[in-house]
Amino acid sequence: MLETTSSLPKAAPSGLRGLANPTRFLALVDATLPWLIGITALVFAFGLAQALFVAPEDYQQGATVKIMYLHVPSAWLSMMGWTVMSIAALGTLVWRHPLADVAAKTAAPIGAALTFLCLVTGSLWGRPMWGTYWVWDARLTSVLVLFLMYLGVIALWHSVEDQARAARAAAVLTLVGAVNLPIIKFSVDWWNTLHQPASVFRMGGPTIAPSILIPLLIMAVAFTLLFFTLHLAAMRNEILRRRVRSLLMQQAEAAQRD
Amino acid sequence: MTFLGIDLGNHAGFIIASYAVAAVIVGGLIAWVMADYRTQRRKLVDLDRRGLRRRSASARSEGQS
Repeated sequence: MLETTSSLPKAAPSGLRGLANPTRFLALVDATLPWLIGITALVFAFGLAQALFVAPEDYQQGATVKIMYLHVPSAWLSMMGWTVMSIAALGTLVWRHPLADVAAKTAAPIGAALTFLCLVTGSLWGRPMWGTYWVWDARLTSVLVLFLMYLGVIALWHSVEDQARAARAAAVLTLVGAVNLPIIKFSVDWWNTLHQPASVFRMGGPTIAPSILIPLLIMAVAFTLLFFTLHLAAMRNEILRRRVRSLLMQQAEAAQRD
Repeated sequence: MTFLGIDLGNHAGFIIASYAVAAVIVGGLIAWVMADYRTQRRKLVDLDRRGLRRRSASARSEGQS
């Protein structure tokens, strides 16, 4: 029985397990990144052309609806960034996948930047529509908390020297912070907010006219592609950074021996 | 107000500011990732020149020679 098993040719590991090898992952990133960059640029160009030149003005908001094509996708991606980090946190704590903490660490600055974009565009949209840049309602406050949590995770990564310890601490913080995701999503239903309720992902279908909804969805795809393109590139950088660090440590150990 | 041939109405400043901030943030993210990649590649090449290589890379190059 054992003999039969050992005589079998070794199959290449597949799926996530196959990507556990950083060298294999780097080869995959090198092969896919140029394509992803090209597709992202094309979808962005098409989405922006639709949003700026084709989509009509809103009958109530006029041309300010054009801010929505930035605000809504960045809001979705701000939550998706934390979701990616939460899955990666499980990968660190439960499955101990070697690339999980690389994925978590590199998703944080991208998620933080998109959350900041969501907050700024929301304020710039709020001033002409609501008469104020900011109000402490449940939706705006919970997104601000998300932004602060991103900053907290980034600070944690940079304050702990031992990356394995930093990864575990950041993973725990990320999973605790994931409680905020349903709060953001349902804040407009649970509390009385100035922010409008969901108008795309809701029971009964979207309440937005297709002429505005389609450019919005194209921009959402463009932002999603941008997120994953940047994330893959940042993961590649982090793997290279760890290689540099381990070589420098190797050099320091050799110098100590001599 | 009309900007680049698009009628942005009375609140053009808010719309232009939103797209400008988005361009700065997205451009900043792209520049950060590209600059970081160049930095790490340069460091690895520098270490390689000094004879510091990962064990697997060294073994590969020895196997080829």
